[in-house]
Amino acid sequence: MQILQVDGLSHSFGERDVLRNLSLSIAAGESVALLGANGSGKSTLLRLVAGLLTPTAGQIALVGSAAAAGRPEVGIVFQESRLLPWRTVLRNVTLPLELAGESLSSARATAEAALKRVGAGGLLDRNPAEISGGERGRVALARALVRRPSLLLLDEPFAALDAITRARLDDELPELVAGAATLLVTHDVAEALLVADRVLVLGSDGAIQLEVPGLRGQPATGRRAALLSPDGAARQTRLYAALDSVSHA
Amino acid sequence: MRRLSQLTPLAVAALLLSAWEVAVRIFAVPQFILPAPSVIAVRFAEAWADGTMLRHLVPTVTEVTIGGLLGGALGLLIGVTLGLSGSARRVVSPYLVAAQSTPILALGPVLVLWLGPGLAAKVAVCALITLFPVAISTLVAVRDVDAGTLELMRSLGATRWQSLRYARLPAARSGILAGARVAATLAVVGAIVGEWLGGTAGLGVLLNLARGSLFDTPLLFADLLQIAIVGVSAYALVLLFERVSSKKIA
Repeated sequence: MQILQVDGLSHSFGERDVLRNLSLSIAAGESVALLGANGSGKSTLLRLVAGLLTPTAGQIALVGSAAAAGRPEVGIVFQESRLLPWRTVLRNVTLPLELAGESLSSARATAEAALKRVGAGGLLDRNPAEISGGERGRVALARALVRRPSLLLLDEPFAALDAITRARLDDELPELVAGAATLLVTHDVAEALLVADRVLVLGSDGAIQLEVPGLRGQPATGRRAALLSPDGAARQTRLYAALDSVSHA
Repeated sequence: MRRLSQLTPLAVAALLLSAWEVAVRIFAVPQFILPAPSVIAVRFAEAWADGTMLRHLVPTVTEVTIGGLLGGALGLLIGVTLGLSGSARRVVSPYLVAAQSTPILALGPVLVLWLGPGLAAKVAVCALITLFPVAISTLVAVRDVDAGTLELMRSLGATRWQSLRYARLPAARSGILAGARVAATLAVVGAIVGEWLGGTAGLGVLLNLARGSLFDTPLLFADLLQIAIVGVSAYALVLLFERVSSKKIA
């Protein structure tokens, strides 16, 4: 079953074309990573899928109907955690449920479960300013997962983290998303291969230039080893070459 | 260090008052020009003991409370409306600035003409003088909420009202309260100005009485001290609200 179907998608900001005739599909539970040069339209694609922008042309079908902002089938994690500093960690995660009209007591139970799932169960009453960047990333992930979305959009969610925290979250991410399909935007080739079933390279013309299989299907403990194997190194080399060519196109 | 920082304002006040006391005595300054702090303190206590101060304090506090709350509420409403709507901002802002640029003393006689010399005119002066700082600080704080936060709210399906309640107002809180702090002290100015325009009681009326018919300069200074106490109390109440509300917002 297709969760996301994008056909002939184009988008421009004024005179500047960002995406041109892009087509893409993601199946239920599948994870796709999107690499590309700065300004190639990766984040714009996520915003179009999330309904935060309206495409200039083309179709986006999400679980069978058109994309629109705020659909519960979609969760999004932005580059910055965007936690509301005046709310505790728990109340940041209850927010999507409160906005949907759920009672606070019921929302609290669901949010606590989501925080436990991402390894942030001990942070409930803390303020966002009191927790580390890695913990904020986990809380933002819990907030995106709390409505049990079918599709999770990740816009370089761990870009601002230190290397060790980022590696740990990359290792855990395939299990943390709990069966949701994911579309991850990143600049990091290793991260893309580790968390995705398919890695796509977006060209400067706004269309897909290359598709390489990812390592998500490997057991959690074997992904890093697979990344360093001759096959993993070959996939990385192809992706770096493609990125190099689109960056200089 | 903390104890030192708490003591410093008191130490400075003690130093200044001592210098004032000594200077008045050394230079034998006449009491009707500048009374010594000790004389003012005695007159302040007498005015409280004989009921003079309380009789004039109650109307002023009433005007400050009603006028300040009314002006603050209207300022908040106007600020939120203009903060949310660019077109409303373009239409209304010039008139808001023009209204504020008109000296309140010039508007006072008109308000007394329309509302009479009673409580209503003084409340109106207080409300007008407090409205502007609250409206402007609210406008700016509500308008300039981080775009990323608003995008997050949209991604979560928040309605316009929910975005206001859950994101814009909490994010704008400190900006709005900064305006409220200014407004709290201006409300006292508004009440005194209103009382100068007419009326039979109030700390502004007492100023005129002490200066004019009573020719009681120590009472004049005692009244100024009372006005300062009212202003500081109004400011402290806003700070208290700020502290309590920071624990309550969701």
